[in-house]
Amino acid sequence: MFDCGMHMGHHDHQRYPDFARILAATPGADFTSAISCVVITHFHLDHIGALPYFTEVCGYHGPIYMTYPTKALAPLMLEDYRKVMVDHRGEEEQYSYEDIQNCMKKVIPLDLKQTIQVDRELVIRAYYAGHVLGAAMIYAKVGDAALVYTGDYNMTPDRHLGAAQIDHLKLDLLITESTYAKTVRDSKHAREREFLKAVHKCVSGGGKVLIPAFALGRAQELCILLDDYWERMNLKIPIYFSAGLTIQANMYYKMLIGWTSQKIKDSYTVHNPFDFKHVCDFQRSFINDPGPCVLFATPGMISGGFSLEVFKRWAPSEKNLVTLPGYCVAGTIGHKLMSGKPTRIDLDKETHIDVRCQIHQLSFSPHTDSKGIMDLTEFLSPSHVILVHGEKPQMSFLKERIESELGMPCYYPANNETVSIPTTKNLKISATDKFIASCSTSQARDSTQKSNLICGNHLSGANGDEKLAEGILLMEKSKDAKILCEDELLQLLGAEGHSLQFEPLLHSRIGEAETDIVDDLASE
Amino acid sequence: MDLAPLMPLYSATNLEECMRKTQTVKYGEEVCFNGMLMLKASSSGLELGNCVWSIKGPRASITYLPSTVFVSAHALDCDYNSLKENDIILFSDFSSLDVMDENNENLGENAMLCDDSLSRDDGVDEDEYVQCLCKNDDIAEEIERISFICSCISDAIKSGGSVLIPIGRLGVILLILEHISETLLSSDMKVPIFMISGAAEKIISFTNAVPEWLCKPRQEKLFSREEEALFGHVELLKEGKLSLFPHLYSKGLLAAWKEPCIVFCPDWNLRHSTAVHLLRRWHADKRNLLVLEQGVDAELALKPFMPVAIQVLECSFLSGIKVRKVNPLLSVLKPKLVLFPEDLKSRCPSKEDAPWSYLYYSKGKTIEIPNTREDFEVGLPTDVAFGLQPRQLDKAIAVARLRAKLHLSKGQYVLVAPKDQSDESNRQLLHWGAVDAGRLLSALQEKGIECAFPADDDDGPAGCERSILITSPGEALVKMAPEKTVIYCDDESTTRLIYDALSSVCNGI
Repeated sequence: MFDCGMHMGHHDHQRYPDFARILAATPGADFTSAISCVVITHFHLDHIGALPYFTEVCGYHGPIYMTYPTKALAPLMLEDYRKVMVDHRGEEEQYSYEDIQNCMKKVIPLDLKQTIQVDRELVIRAYYAGHVLGAAMIYAKVGDAALVYTGDYNMTPDRHLGAAQIDHLKLDLLITESTYAKTVRDSKHAREREFLKAVHKCVSGGGKVLIPAFALGRAQELCILLDDYWERMNLKIPIYFSAGLTIQANMYYKMLIGWTSQKIKDSYTVHNPFDFKHVCDFQRSFINDPGPCVLFATPGMISGGFSLEVFKRWAPSEKNLVTLPGYCVAGTIGHKLMSGKPTRIDLDKETHIDVRCQIHQLSFSPHTDSKGIMDLTEFLSPSHVILVHGEKPQMSFLKERIESELGMPCYYPANNETVSIPTTKNLKISATDKFIASCSTSQARDSTQKSNLICGNHLSGANGDEKLAEGILLMEKSKDAKILCEDELLQLLGAEGHSLQFEPLLHSRIGEAETDIVDDLASE
Repeated sequence: MDLAPLMPLYSATNLEECMRKTQTVKYGEEVCFNGMLMLKASSSGLELGNCVWSIKGPRASITYLPSTVFVSAHALDCDYNSLKENDIILFSDFSSLDVMDENNENLGENAMLCDDSLSRDDGVDEDEYVQCLCKNDDIAEEIERISFICSCISDAIKSGGSVLIPIGRLGVILLILEHISETLLSSDMKVPIFMISGAAEKIISFTNAVPEWLCKPRQEKLFSREEEALFGHVELLKEGKLSLFPHLYSKGLLAAWKEPCIVFCPDWNLRHSTAVHLLRRWHADKRNLLVLEQGVDAELALKPFMPVAIQVLECSFLSGIKVRKVNPLLSVLKPKLVLFPEDLKSRCPSKEDAPWSYLYYSKGKTIEIPNTREDFEVGLPTDVAFGLQPRQLDKAIAVARLRAKLHLSKGQYVLVAPKDQSDESNRQLLHWGAVDAGRLLSALQEKGIECAFPADDDDGPAGCERSILITSPGEALVKMAPEKTVIYCDDESTTRLIYDALSSVCNGI
């Protein structure tokens, strides 16, 4: 099972996956026997939010895999979310703090490219996905059937993470996210400048900047950006992190330097970019303080919690600025602010917020754009593509492009829809030394420069000009099938070869004549 | 005087060039060499980044087993699971050769407890072997040794002496650092600790950023949220108790210098820079302490400084597998063949009635390793298999002609269907046995061919050449010898008819 997330827009049972479907597929089994393992791609709640529920409440006891940073940072996200649920919204808790702890204890950490044999048949491997710290794309192989599930990924590096990276793989299926199935983004540099300009303009006018962000990921990238800018422009206005949460997260980032961008890895011994010079802890009482400041607050889409509390206070002043992430789930305040320019937001029947502040939508997202999806798909050249994590109309558009431009069958199934994908299967047979040698020598002769069987290529089937191999497949009862050369077969059968020749009719007569002559000579 | 030993072997540029050519891999990452060999490194447990290599080809798999540690206090434990069932093990852990004799007796006792009791019982399951490997007795001993060193250091400091530790083992340095801070704290002593090495700064910050390479308890520090760092030295640095300098003459060192102090400067032979200067300064005072690793010839190392009054502590450290764990390890790994050092044969007797065989190697001698698998494994995709046209030879054997492209990728051979399947696929190319003239004649006649034995054909003794004359639909002659048949014909369609008839009466594929 890839990922075990939750829907941020729902507050009832619909927020979790319909786990009963796992059991429906294999009657009589429990969760642990029905699935080989759970692999989590990264620490965002829409990918991991339901995991403690699945392990501690539903009772799944099988292996769970995630990368080292995900294992380190996921509990922070889960606990933050649980607190928002219980403390702020007053909802009944779905899982407790102990549940999160117990769940995380069962997690087996993964390193990038480490090849893990999950059971007799299943092999998994993680590849760098960019997106957030520790995000991975997962390669999974069962027998000869192979697929890649991308999770969320980013094909362009940002301030603190590198771009997604994967090997050439022979795949039957690629399951890719498609958040930006139709969007192609312009240069990152311009977008960063735009953001900094908006923030600088606001604070120099005495306004406050609210940056609602996930505790981890975007917050760190924006913070590196701002810290750098503050240093360059010699600004003294405070930058705050709400609660100790994000500061604690920065401590983790320091231990997980190996998962950041190459630039940071090369220079961290001299200067660790997660040691922010201008950042300090925020106290709740600061909300009403006069004067400009910049505040990072969770959650990212202003769906509740501290960011909502601050938003309520700051939104009515036109001097202030709220930055929104590139994407907000329907149902959140972030989403409402993005669609149109509302002047009033109704929280419930009694409370409403007058919105007069400026809104700046961040256009740099940790997701790949449509060009990135096409590039990755083309690079991997899978036999089939499935699009997930996107919106129907855009996915339909991208499906058309993948099918027409790349010639790969592509699907974007709705929830509860099943797609069957044919896979390759190789029978294991043996081949004699001589057979392999005969193939190798004919190839070595034909292609001294090109890759051949002695000096093979890493990509199977990359160039189709190998010579045909020809042999005899021998199938004996209660033995493995075996390929051998013609003479080996004869030897095995204990038979003499019988050669067959074709000659023009004339030759038979000449032959006869010759034998006659020979006979004549002999008789003389 | 022979100056050769004093000539530099390589320059810094050489070093850089060499590293540029090096491809780095992660633990557990499979890399392919030339399509043929799959290489995989897994932790050996001895030191950060040390590894055991597994090499798999289409015909054999080999484990290169250098010094291994199963429970480590800093590095990721030896991952023996990934080495299971490789055909051959090249056992290359010589660490038990250096073990002192007193320990050896000790080993004998333990061997009784661990290995022999297990090997006598045929029904021992693997779990018991694994338990034996994973018993943390080795590391408990190691921690005991480190504690002893720390108490000696503490004594020296108390008496007003300084301590020089020129040991180069990263794991040992990190452990001593962690323990010494506790020891000093508990006895309320404040002495500066210096690490003087060009690599100190890099190594120290690096070790706190590679949780993937560390032993499980240290990884837990990352996951538990209670600790802020993977190693104790981060705290020491933060509190200013530990200072790092690239050289003895580095800026700032003199200002920070205070005696007594503890100095780490990796240079075990005591012939270069820092260690030399500090020994010159400290060698005559018996309150000072020098910590050396056993195996270094202390007398030779100290010769230039004679006479010395400084106390010298020689310590041995955990350097590899313990003799008693060798056979349990092999039992878990289940090889077919073990290549074992001749020199270790007496120390580590081979397991009787082991299901694997031994070959012993020694310096300068080539040994030949027999093939463990006679044949190659090849993958036959189902689409190729479905295209086959098998021919039953007798009840037990069927054969089929196979035409495909042979690919080699990631150490595996796979037959791939050619793009253009030619129509020749049902043509027989190989025939064997003799052709019975009578059966061929009736087969030809069945196809409506007018034919007969020539008038002078006298059905001679077996082995004689026979012929059949064909008059319609075209003119032809078939000559049959025991090992050869010739069809003389000018007309293609007639030839085909004759060939088909012949195929039906002759063994072929």
